[in-house]
Amino acid sequence: MQTIRSSEITPEHIYVSRRKFMSSASKIAVGAAMMAACSRQSDSTDTSLDAGNISTDVDELGDSWTNYTSIANYNNFYEFSVNKERVAAMAQDFKITPWEIDVGGLVKNPGRYQIENLLTKFDQEERVYRLRCVEGWSMVVPWMGFPLKRLLDEVEPTMNARYVRFETLYDPVQLPGQNDGWYSWPYVEGLRLDEAFHDLTILATGIYGRTLLPQNGAPLRLVVPWKYGFKSIKSIVRIDLVDQQPITLWMKAAPNEYGFYANVNPNVHHPRWSQDTERRIGELGRRDTLLFNGYAEQVDHLYSNMDLQHNF
Amino acid sequence: MDNVISYMSKYIRVLLHICALLPLVMLFYDLSYDNLSVNPIQDVTIRTGKPALVLLVLVLSITPVRKWFGLHSLIQFRRSLGLYAFMYASLHFLVFIGLDYGFDIELLQLSVFKKPYVVLGLLAYLTLAPLAITSTHGWIRRLGKYWKILHKLVYLTGVLAVSHYIWAVKSDIRQPLIFAAVICIMLLARVRAFNRAIYLLRERISTK
Repeated sequence: MQTIRSSEITPEHIYVSRRKFMSSASKIAVGAAMMAACSRQSDSTDTSLDAGNISTDVDELGDSWTNYTSIANYNNFYEFSVNKERVAAMAQDFKITPWEIDVGGLVKNPGRYQIENLLTKFDQEERVYRLRCVEGWSMVVPWMGFPLKRLLDEVEPTMNARYVRFETLYDPVQLPGQNDGWYSWPYVEGLRLDEAFHDLTILATGIYGRTLLPQNGAPLRLVVPWKYGFKSIKSIVRIDLVDQQPITLWMKAAPNEYGFYANVNPNVHHPRWSQDTERRIGELGRRDTLLFNGYAEQVDHLYSNMDLQHNF
Repeated sequence: MDNVISYMSKYIRVLLHICALLPLVMLFYDLSYDNLSVNPIQDVTIRTGKPALVLLVLVLSITPVRKWFGLHSLIQFRRSLGLYAFMYASLHFLVFIGLDYGFDIELLQLSVFKKPYVVLGLLAYLTLAPLAITSTHGWIRRLGKYWKILHKLVYLTGVLAVSHYIWAVKSDIRQPLIFAAVICIMLLARVRAFNRAIYLLRERISTK
């Protein structure tokens, strides 16, 4: 067991160059073939780029991407460890092939999907999103993945479906944290149907153009950028369309502190701490937390008639 | 055993200084070798707060342990333990207002009252500070019988500090509860009936 040393990880300037390669090739098909091409690119050491000239990539607000080492080594994934810095080492041998995802419940076409099939069936696109943890830190992550709605369209929710319920793998041998009775395993998360169909909501399969690492939720995880990080459930094995609001792991653990919606909101505080500010990983100062994590324009219509203080 | 402690007190004192400074040395080591996590300020906050709490528990345990086990010479180490607790608490406080909030008074005012655990921590610190200041021989003499009364404040510090810890953790409060349990025992040790029960228990064990 050892943590991933920065030397084992492809330097960031290579990702940057890889990304430039990707954007120049964006006219060509993206997806699995694309990712294979990218990994070939990274094998040829690119010495023309100055190593100091890193992280020129920014999100739409002009904030730099968080470096890959940080993303890969600072993880909240209690199934491996409650210590964010130990998760990466604990997750090293996590078996992600074969991996099947059952999609069912109130749908017309329930199905069992192999992860490889999802990767080829749906075009993988890059989405650069801010990730705000309820604990008060944040990152900017260049995800690879596809909108959840593509999969939902495929299975066709019935008229009665109102929520989507997600479940992480339950395997206490591989996920030793699940032996801890403090939480009720497996990890469960949920979205309202309109949230699930929103274009920003994706199922992620990669980061920085690379296949997702186990500590980041491989092989398939949810990413809902306007909600606190814990909503973005990792290592999904089941997706069900349901008519009742799912009860999530965090709602069970502390019902007065973690609600179903968990939208990033500087005006709605956790009962024991304020959510006014956050620390971006890689920065020392604090920055203001933005309403809906900066995605208010895209998502506030989802909550126009709701009391967000009450529906926290 | 008590004799051994008095006899070895010089060495025990050296050991105490080494142990008490170890968390700080390790922190500086990790700082200089960039071994902290990618969220270093949180690391430094936790790694100054925890030693403060542990040392505070040790301070509170001196009197009961003396009483129960007859280890009266332990008293000579109490002041050092208390001052080290205050040192870590001061660092913890400075890290919070300086590193974390950049001495931004406006931001601090906004946040402190929305984070009740911060208020508890601040109160704990404010009750510990006068004890550290009046820990010198001069102050013991000057305050006379009031010194002992003043220093009873440390019980309050203990309760505040452990409450601060319970309120600060995300969900799993098992570890803070262990601290709370130890503090409770140390406070109960000041109750005569509880001590009598301990004596009886000890007698029963020794007569068996």
